Amino acid sequence: MQKPIYLPVVAGLALCATSTLAETPVLQVLTYDSFVSDWGPGPAIETAFEAECACDLEFVGSSDGAALLARIQLEGPRTEFDVVLGLDTNLTAAARETGLFAPHGVTADLDLPIAWDDADFLPFDWGYFAFVGNADAEAAVSLRNLAVSDLKIVIQDPRSSTPGLGLLMWVKEAHPDDAAAIWEALADNIVTVTPGWSEAYGMFLDGEADAVLSYTTSPAYHLIAEEDASKVAWPFEEGHYMQVEVAGKLASTDQPELADQFMAFIVSEGFQSIIPTTNWMYPAITPEAGLPDGFETLVTPAVSLLKSPEDAAAIRAEALEEWRNALSQ
Amino acid sequence: MAQRAITISPRWPGVLAGALVLVLTLGTLAAVALRAELTTGLGTADWAAIRFTVVQAFLSALISVVLAIPVARALARRRFWGRQALITLLGAPFLLPVIVAVVGLIAVFGRNGILNSTLIWAGIEPISIYGFHGVILAHVFFNLPLAVRFILQGWLAIPAERFRLAASLNASIGRVLEIPMLRAVVPSTFLVIFLICLTSFAVALTLGRGPKSTTVELAIYQALRFDFDLGRAALLACIQFGLCAVAAVIAWRVTGVDAMGAGFDRTVTRWDMRRPFWDYLAIVLAALFLLIPLAMVVLRGLPGLLIMPSSVWLAAVRSVLVAIGSATLCCTMAIALGLLGGRVVAVVGVLPLAASGLVVGTGAFLIVYPFVSPSDVALVITMLVNATLALPFVLRAIGPAIVAVHDDFGRLGVSVGLTRWRWLRIVVLPRIRRPLGFGAGLSAALSMGDLGVIALFAGKAEETLPLAMHRLMGAYRMDAAAGAAVLLLGVSLLIFWICDHWGRGDVDL
Repeated sequence: MQKPIYLPVVAGLALCATSTLAETPVLQVLTYDSFVSDWGPGPAIETAFEAECACDLEFVGSSDGAALLARIQLEGPRTEFDVVLGLDTNLTAAARETGLFAPHGVTADLDLPIAWDDADFLPFDWGYFAFVGNADAEAAVSLRNLAVSDLKIVIQDPRSSTPGLGLLMWVKEAHPDDAAAIWEALADNIVTVTPGWSEAYGMFLDGEADAVLSYTTSPAYHLIAEEDASKVAWPFEEGHYMQVEVAGKLASTDQPELADQFMAFIVSEGFQSIIPTTNWMYPAITPEAGLPDGFETLVTPAVSLLKSPEDAAAIRAEALEEWRNALSQ
Repeated sequence: MAQRAITISPRWPGVLAGALVLVLTLGTLAAVALRAELTTGLGTADWAAIRFTVVQAFLSALISVVLAIPVARALARRRFWGRQALITLLGAPFLLPVIVAVVGLIAVFGRNGILNSTLIWAGIEPISIYGFHGVILAHVFFNLPLAVRFILQGWLAIPAERFRLAASLNASIGRVLEIPMLRAVVPSTFLVIFLICLTSFAVALTLGRGPKSTTVELAIYQALRFDFDLGRAALLACIQFGLCAVAAVIAWRVTGVDAMGAGFDRTVTRWDMRRPFWDYLAIVLAALFLLIPLAMVVLRGLPGLLIMPSSVWLAAVRSVLVAIGSATLCCTMAIALGLLGGRVVAVVGVLPLAASGLVVGTGAFLIVYPFVSPSDVALVITMLVNATLALPFVLRAIGPAIVAVHDDFGRLGVSVGLTRWRWLRIVVLPRIRRPLGFGAGLSAALSMGDLGVIALFAGKAEETLPLAMHRLMGAYRMDAAAGAAVLLLGVSLLIFWICDHWGRGDVDL
């Protein structure tokens, strides 16, 4: 019924779009919002890849990691995207189940603290979740210690945010048998639960809490971009849960060679050297020149925690229920 | 008005506008439901979410309306320097994107806010904004401005002749004029605010201290994003529409009917002006509550204006264009529907309020996807959806004015043989100019601040100002994002002021 109003406009736009793109092949990569912003890795990676591919690399940003998978599921096999960049291991089981992804076919010597052998999804960067607080203030030394302390934290909702889901997995992996008790003890430390990472991080910077759930690499941003050494990540005795961000090639791609070329480019120097100071995560393969100055000051956890994609998917509903019950009292 | 004796206006534009609203609300819901496979149905957590949603929406609406009555009354009765500017400024919280307004509220009421800093300095136990009361506080902050404007319009719409008549009969103004006016205006105002709070998402979550404050809209978000359970999302969206229907029927039942004659549109001269203290107290308290958080947003953001990247300015231009398009479309639709009249229009006028932004976005995506790449039509879709979502407010503003024109001048129009377009141009439009200006400003400003639909559709080239702000925050650039928030606040208010000012013309009201 609404066709008479917008179809002519739509048709016009579609015509403009196709006529300009006819000459060079286009590789369409779906990724999350902050990846494509002016400070994210997107623009530099686009320049670097286009210098060697004789193609047009087009990043399309769509809020966060969970939104990427939802978007691909909405579009189904007819999707025009060739590569999805920015899922994490909490999502890869569901992504694999859709049957929309093809094996990446890349062999690389990855610098991950854990073994990686996933034929469908290729890591492009990774990091540790951590509570980030102020350098000169009291800090917690473990999840359990935080729970019994009077320290105030801001966290993200595991139902709407990837770091929030990461914390849920962290608690469950570090304390498999008394995750519910840890959450109950944490309840009085939590100032509030925000829908996304940026609201929580902004509240922490405004002094609303002693710490915020973020990454061990967050202090590197303040140190390198703002020359401010006042933020630190709290090292926790139980170890830190990891986030491994991956890319996947879509089986339906109409540019299979170009997509393969891009997947190989992901683990190359040209891509990896851009990651640390744009995405503020660890690169999947350490660049030849090493990590940027400032990264050596970061906390390196003794224990790296990560559930397999299948375990993470299997346990999510139960962990969510524990979280909800503990914080609803 | 369903059985209006004289129909001068053409019917097809109204029918078309109504159809568009139905497609974007119920049509998008159907599109989502049709794609759904198996669903898990509703669990206990969903029922808890429904209960919380209804209770907080009811209380938020009740408190907003109750507080708005003395403020609107004071603003209607008193004349003072800067009154018009104050009325415009008081409307600002409603126009702000949620995330910006929450920052302002936290700067005042948060753990590190100015209120608690003052309390600690004075040796008093600090208070916490986080929890159920925080959600209500934020919703009242957002919606009190809307309630004040709607009720103020009710007061200003009482013809001067009635005040004179009441005076000459020595009758109580409160009993014969003000209470009947409130009975006509308050239920629909309450309904609008109740429905806005019913679909709240980020406010409830950010200030609500966790899963206790889960709203239906968050459950929809979770179903769409994390579980990809379209069936459950559609089911929850149906429940939102169901709640909307129940609330609407109750509101219409208790709405009073205006049965008195027309006036000559003269300025009201009030003589019942004793005891100005209480009026000014109401105005000052409302101004403090609404304006201090805004001032905090501005104070924090001003330094950020200088470090914003140039792409933010470009995004601002894009947002202004979308806002103008969306406001034009919205006002055209509202006039068309207002001329059509009837209960169907009343239904179409509240439906968008109960629609879940996420379901509308997802449904629109599913509808256009077979034909065209979604990012190619991102701005067009944003314009259409924003126009539809703002329609209830504009229709609420100009609808009664159009009915009044029909009732008061319809017979005259027929007797002098005006054609349809001439009737619209020389009789209706000049007489609804004031609410139309207000409505245009409101819809443009709401469109400026909207983040819902664009986030699902946009690529890099279609970035709007709120999206640019969000992306800055996601890249640790909190200061630049605060600058973008000030720009957004400034541009939204400016657009609103220009439209509202045009609507008032040179009339002293």
